[in-house]
Amino acid sequence: MSVLFDGLSLGAIYAMIALGYTMVYGIAKMLNFAHGDIIMVGAYAIYTTMVFWGKGLWVAVIGAAVLCTLMGILMEKLAYKPLRGASPLAVLITAIGVSYLLQSLAQLIFGVTPRPVNLGSFGSVEILGASIPVSTVLTLVIGAVLMAGLTLFVNKTNTGRAMQAVSEDRGAAQLMGVNVNFIIMITFAIGSALAAAASVFYLMQIPLVEPLLGSMPGIKAFTAAVIGGIGSIPGAMIGGVMLGVIEKICLSIDAIKDYTTAIEFGLLILILLVRPIGLLGKKRREKV
Amino acid sequence: MAKRKSDFKLKNYVCYILVAVMFLYALVLQMMGKLPKSTSNLFVQIAYSIILAVSLNLVVGFLGELSLGHAGFMCVGAYLGSYIAIALTSHIESKLLVLLISMLCGGLAAAFFGFVVGLPALRLKGDYLAIVTLAFGEIVRTVCKNLPFFGGAMGLSTVAIKYDTRSSTSLYIVAFITVFVVLFLIQNLVRSKHGRAITAIRDNEIAARAMGINVTFYKLFVFVFAAFCAGVAGVIFGHFNTPVLYSKFSFNYSIEILVMVVLGGMASINGSIIAAALITYVNIALQAKLTGDLAALKYLIYALILIVLVIFNNAPRLAPIKEALSPKNLFGRLKKRRPGDVSDDAGEWANIPTKIRMDEILSTDVRPGNEFVPDKEKKAPVKGGPNDG
Amino acid sequence: MADAMLRTENLGISFGGLKAVQDLNLEIRRQQLYGLVGPNGAGKTTVFNMLTGVYQPTFGTFYLDGEELKGKSQEKINHRGIARTFQNIRLFNNMSVIRNVMVGLHNQPEFRCTPAESFLRLPRHFSTEYAMRDRAKEILRIFDLEEERNNLACNLPYGKQRKLEIARALATNPKLLLLDEPAAGMNPYETEDLMRIVRGLRDDYGLTILLIEHDMKFVSGLCDEITVLNFGTVLTQGPTDRALSDPEVIKAYIGE
Repeated sequence: MSVLFDGLSLGAIYAMIALGYTMVYGIAKMLNFAHGDIIMVGAYAIYTTMVFWGKGLWVAVIGAAVLCTLMGILMEKLAYKPLRGASPLAVLITAIGVSYLLQSLAQLIFGVTPRPVNLGSFGSVEILGASIPVSTVLTLVIGAVLMAGLTLFVNKTNTGRAMQAVSEDRGAAQLMGVNVNFIIMITFAIGSALAAAASVFYLMQIPLVEPLLGSMPGIKAFTAAVIGGIGSIPGAMIGGVMLGVIEKICLSIDAIKDYTTAIEFGLLILILLVRPIGLLGKKRREKV
Repeated sequence: MAKRKSDFKLKNYVCYILVAVMFLYALVLQMMGKLPKSTSNLFVQIAYSIILAVSLNLVVGFLGELSLGHAGFMCVGAYLGSYIAIALTSHIESKLLVLLISMLCGGLAAAFFGFVVGLPALRLKGDYLAIVTLAFGEIVRTVCKNLPFFGGAMGLSTVAIKYDTRSSTSLYIVAFITVFVVLFLIQNLVRSKHGRAITAIRDNEIAARAMGINVTFYKLFVFVFAAFCAGVAGVIFGHFNTPVLYSKFSFNYSIEILVMVVLGGMASINGSIIAAALITYVNIALQAKLTGDLAALKYLIYALILIVLVIFNNAPRLAPIKEALSPKNLFGRLKKRRPGDVSDDAGEWANIPTKIRMDEILSTDVRPGNEFVPDKEKKAPVKGGPNDG
Repeated sequence: MADAMLRTENLGISFGGLKAVQDLNLEIRRQQLYGLVGPNGAGKTTVFNMLTGVYQPTFGTFYLDGEELKGKSQEKINHRGIARTFQNIRLFNNMSVIRNVMVGLHNQPEFRCTPAESFLRLPRHFSTEYAMRDRAKEILRIFDLEEERNNLACNLPYGKQRKLEIARALATNPKLLLLDEPAAGMNPYETEDLMRIVRGLRDDYGLTILLIEHDMKFVSGLCDEITVLNFGTVLTQGPTDRALSDPEVIKAYIGE
């Protein structure tokens, strides 16, 4: 039971990161490799505000959100915007470069040693006979709220609809008066803000900050996004939760514990074999 | 056929010359007795880095697909090849023969995995190959780390097959000869009709298909061949380094190979050779100095290489600057006129009113029921529907 | 009719409920110059995409020289003898002009050479390369592009790029050539030149040509028969002059 809850909360974290991937992919048609490292930036922001400046959790969270959002926008403007219209290969390589840039900068500034950061203890509650940490429950609840909010935003607001339009056909959206550059910027901002949220929950589970903190969750979340169908928002949520639960279940079984990563990525390859567009992905017709 | 002799172009042979110079340098050093173990090791490392970089360039530069699992294929070769070599070494006297057999086996094993991974991924559009190869690299690492007969977390000890400088055939000689073979094969492939088909796929996949090129075959072919080369490089690695440890073949190493390719220039074999040698050398030279957190400097530089070079080479807005800085314009003969300039007035000609363009007349004609209704945007319009004109 | 090079039977396609093309019945005779016209968005390029296997038709089928090609892949269809050009030029931009044409020659049986032979530079590799180069030069000569053969395709002026696309398609040795707006963006002299070339392809090389074009002078100067599409349905079909003077067609173009 507690394994399931652990899995769900890890899944919620993955889902939040995966949303960032999937939105950027859907709208900017690029794989933002550096997205995982935004989590790391968020975590260091929290660390700095709480440990260095001794501020409270809320200040830290807000600070992380603001910093990550700005980071996302900056990244888009400096690295990706000049490449709009270039080959996807060039964009992808640049994104990998950005990811490396963030990681190495973090290491140069903060060092490679993991720094402990204590977000405070929340105790635990009894649910269905199992003792579940409150942080897990918080992750689940806030994660669900954020994702619901995002779904509403994309479907009900003008900006959200403009995002859908850009994702369908950038050229046509531009002709209809949608400011494509602005929409892409907003997408990066939202994705990065979600990454900031993910970093808070990540630190609740593992209270250590290190430069490579974002890279593995980032890759896993990206796997989740592909499994769910890249570009699809509900797909990212389902994929994330699925991957989180699978990971925790694998880790809880001794025989296959060591192969967890292999199993997760194996699942990705398997799903791409059987259903190349992912669980909820949509077929795209190529323009000729 | 006599008149064809003039086809000989020196630039086609630069890559061999580059490698030959390095090789001869090492040989001369050895003959003078001035080849310490560390230098000989450096040459081995340069050799397999060249194989890795050139074969990855085949995938990234010529085919235009991104593989992030090159280290994974190398890992397969290193583990399996070394394992086979260890098993053979007690049966076969000749060390060289063992090495050659294990290179072949390691390469084939890597090629097999390349096929398994490439088949689903290459049929898909977009960035899927990058994802799947990335996943593959991680899978291989995890599996190798946990298989008991591969030494588990301690790595596979290759002491039994390790070469040292005292043995008559130093490993670097074999390694460099392998480099020559790989270069020969890749150069020939690239400069044949098949190479043309491969670059055609990179330039415009849709048009390549329409020209009857079997896109899936060529993609898979290139990818599997590159995996084979990576496997061979892995076997060389296994004979030089003990133990063969899974942690070497991380994502970072795949990126390091990619940096070599990007630094050397996409689709430039000579560039890859130089960049591979340079990066390997600098890495080893600075290994002792960049310890602790300063090690991140290396990755910072890698990051800058990737970002700056790729943006400079690909950004549409920077194209004129790139043009102005190209060697042809800086040093080359003065051209009377760039043919590209003409295309502008061709656009003006298109607007000459004598040409009746029916579509322009029609653009105001909207049939009842087909007027543009903004609300239609919300319902997902048909993707890529009848987009002609 | 046995003489038909291309025959389509009720060919149609729908994208998620929207019928982009429906009930298209074409019958193009051997060595005919056939035009496909119609306003923007009428589904002309979609027809090309179906005939070349880019899209799979939802309804109906089509035959090339009596052989059903529906459901075949793009490569197979090209091997069977349909080659095309693209409305928005799709050349291999980073390759020289002559190499563009040589890619078109890739699958010709006389230029067979396995990857193994190329890997090892066996004699056949060289003989194939030389033969391909010579053939490519011949093809470029038809289009008066021989002088440009070593320039990069992307550096050619627009009109020459269009011609190079046709040259490249011709290199695949097709029975049926599909030209998608070949004269778009050309100046009047280039258009005149192109008309001469297209006619020559039919007369000298025995090609059957189906073309999409907005330039009505081009169409009426070349095609003996046309089909007018509007909103995916056939408005009228028949000899060019009669079809173009059809009141329905005028209505569709100019409005009531």
